[in-house]
Amino acid sequence: MTTINAPMPSLSHRASRWFSRNLIRIYAALAFIYLFIPVAYTFAFSFNDAGKSNLVWQGFTLENWQNPCGAPQVCEAVVNSLQIGILSTLLATILGTMIAFALGRYRFKGRKSTNLLIFLPMATPEVVLGASLLAMFLNLRVNPGFWTIVISHVMFCISFVVVTVKARIASLDPRLEQAAMDLYANEKETFRYVTLPLVMPGIAAAALLAFSLSFDDFIITNFNSGVVSTFPKFVYVSAARGIPAQANVIGSAMFFIALIIVIVGQVVSHKRKKV
Amino acid sequence: MAFLHVVSTGKTAAKSGLKSRSLTPYLLLAPGLIWLITFFIIPIFSLGSTSTMVRPEGAQIGVYVQELRFANYVDAFLANQDQYIRSFIYAALATLLALLIAYPLAYAIAFKSGKYRNILLVLVIAPFFTSFLLRTIAWTQILADSGPVVTAIKVLPFVDDLFRINNTSTAVVIGLAYNFLPFMTLPLYASLERIDPRTLEAAGDLYANGLTTFRKVTLPLSMPGLVAGTLLTFIPAAGDYVNAAILGNPSTKMIGNVIESRFFAVVDYPTAAALSFTLMATILILVTIYIRRSGTDELV
Repeated sequence: MTTINAPMPSLSHRASRWFSRNLIRIYAALAFIYLFIPVAYTFAFSFNDAGKSNLVWQGFTLENWQNPCGAPQVCEAVVNSLQIGILSTLLATILGTMIAFALGRYRFKGRKSTNLLIFLPMATPEVVLGASLLAMFLNLRVNPGFWTIVISHVMFCISFVVVTVKARIASLDPRLEQAAMDLYANEKETFRYVTLPLVMPGIAAAALLAFSLSFDDFIITNFNSGVVSTFPKFVYVSAARGIPAQANVIGSAMFFIALIIVIVGQVVSHKRKKV
Repeated sequence: MAFLHVVSTGKTAAKSGLKSRSLTPYLLLAPGLIWLITFFIIPIFSLGSTSTMVRPEGAQIGVYVQELRFANYVDAFLANQDQYIRSFIYAALATLLALLIAYPLAYAIAFKSGKYRNILLVLVIAPFFTSFLLRTIAWTQILADSGPVVTAIKVLPFVDDLFRINNTSTAVVIGLAYNFLPFMTLPLYASLERIDPRTLEAAGDLYANGLTTFRKVTLPLSMPGLVAGTLLTFIPAAGDYVNAAILGNPSTKMIGNVIESRFFAVVDYPTAAALSFTLMATILILVTIYIRRSGTDELV
């Protein structure tokens, strides 16, 4: 076919050259489509006029967004998740940051075993973390509930905080602290006015990570929550019967809120670097 | 996400002059480490102790006493070996699929993205701001029998009418690969990003073609990221039960599903504990062998 039409070969040749040169970019674009299709589905179905079972498209409505608490128990679960998320983030960020400073700034015996103790929870499947904590609570006759969820979330968030903050501390230029000392700042002042502000972006990133891990956790929570509901637990339990569209509203809202926080953070740190 | 940094923290001690002061580091460590010991290490022992318990004759549901019955492990394994082996096969397939998707993606972000690099990195993580359960349920809609994917594939001449993806092992593997994709992409990106593009140019100057450059230069240099990424995908995938529960059918159950139902539906704590313990031990052994063989000990 191409031999009949004179300009065609060069065009198809050029097209194939463009294709092979941009192959990796096309592939990356496809990968992004794969990543975002489920998000797009979740968002689209938040406008579904579906009533109780939000699986098949019924028609467009804004009602779910106007009344996100319309489905029974959904907002109760979200409030629990927010409270648990904030408490666990606070505790895990404080404890993890302290460990990160010890590892990044001091020489001490037991460094290797500390590193191992930080690494192990990340290398253990969630189902084992959840089952072992529940086994302990059962053996101690503790009834699982709100506080056992917080305990479990702090436990699995600490390691992620340590790794994130430690990386930030490691990337600091030690000369900045030396300069502060040379200018007669004592150790406390150096930490307060130089080290801590420089490490802050790492701590903020760690807190954001801890909160999203906590808010989205299902497996460990399911083991240690007793009758207390969280947002992921609500979604899982209602999955069998069909999920109310309000769950999609909350999932989509979380997506946009987190995206805005991350973008604002990026812009702020970019501007600071320029100044 | 955190592993992005793990690979880069190896040299901390040498670079910044470490202070050696007697008590301060231990005071900083104590609260966090006590938390981890109380709510991670001790529970593991508690799990071990539960795993050898026995339900006394005529006792109430959920009441067990310690009899050090190690045969629980044999019983638990023999009764669930299919789900056990399946978990590792699914996890391996999902890891492979995630690697095939993530490597070119990470490569494109590291070398071909120019000023859009940071935006693209945010986009890799962004889907994970929506609840992972909602995204998994979205996959049941995307892969549904009358959904877009199945309808498109059915147009092909050799596909018969009964073809489906939902509620099959394919759907479970797709879901697993999807759920842990950023854990694969970010460590890969972190190690690819550190490769000096000039080393790739040098390989070209020395008459290596694209494939040889990749095999002899890029791939070996990205090994730490590849090891971290595959581990971070494989470990959670092997223990997952949400994807199998939502996207699979009764014959695609994984070991996580068994542990969950033993705990809650059957109230058979010893079997659940024995299975959890075996899962953890198997994963630790596999991980140790894998790290040793790939020569990236400094990872941990």
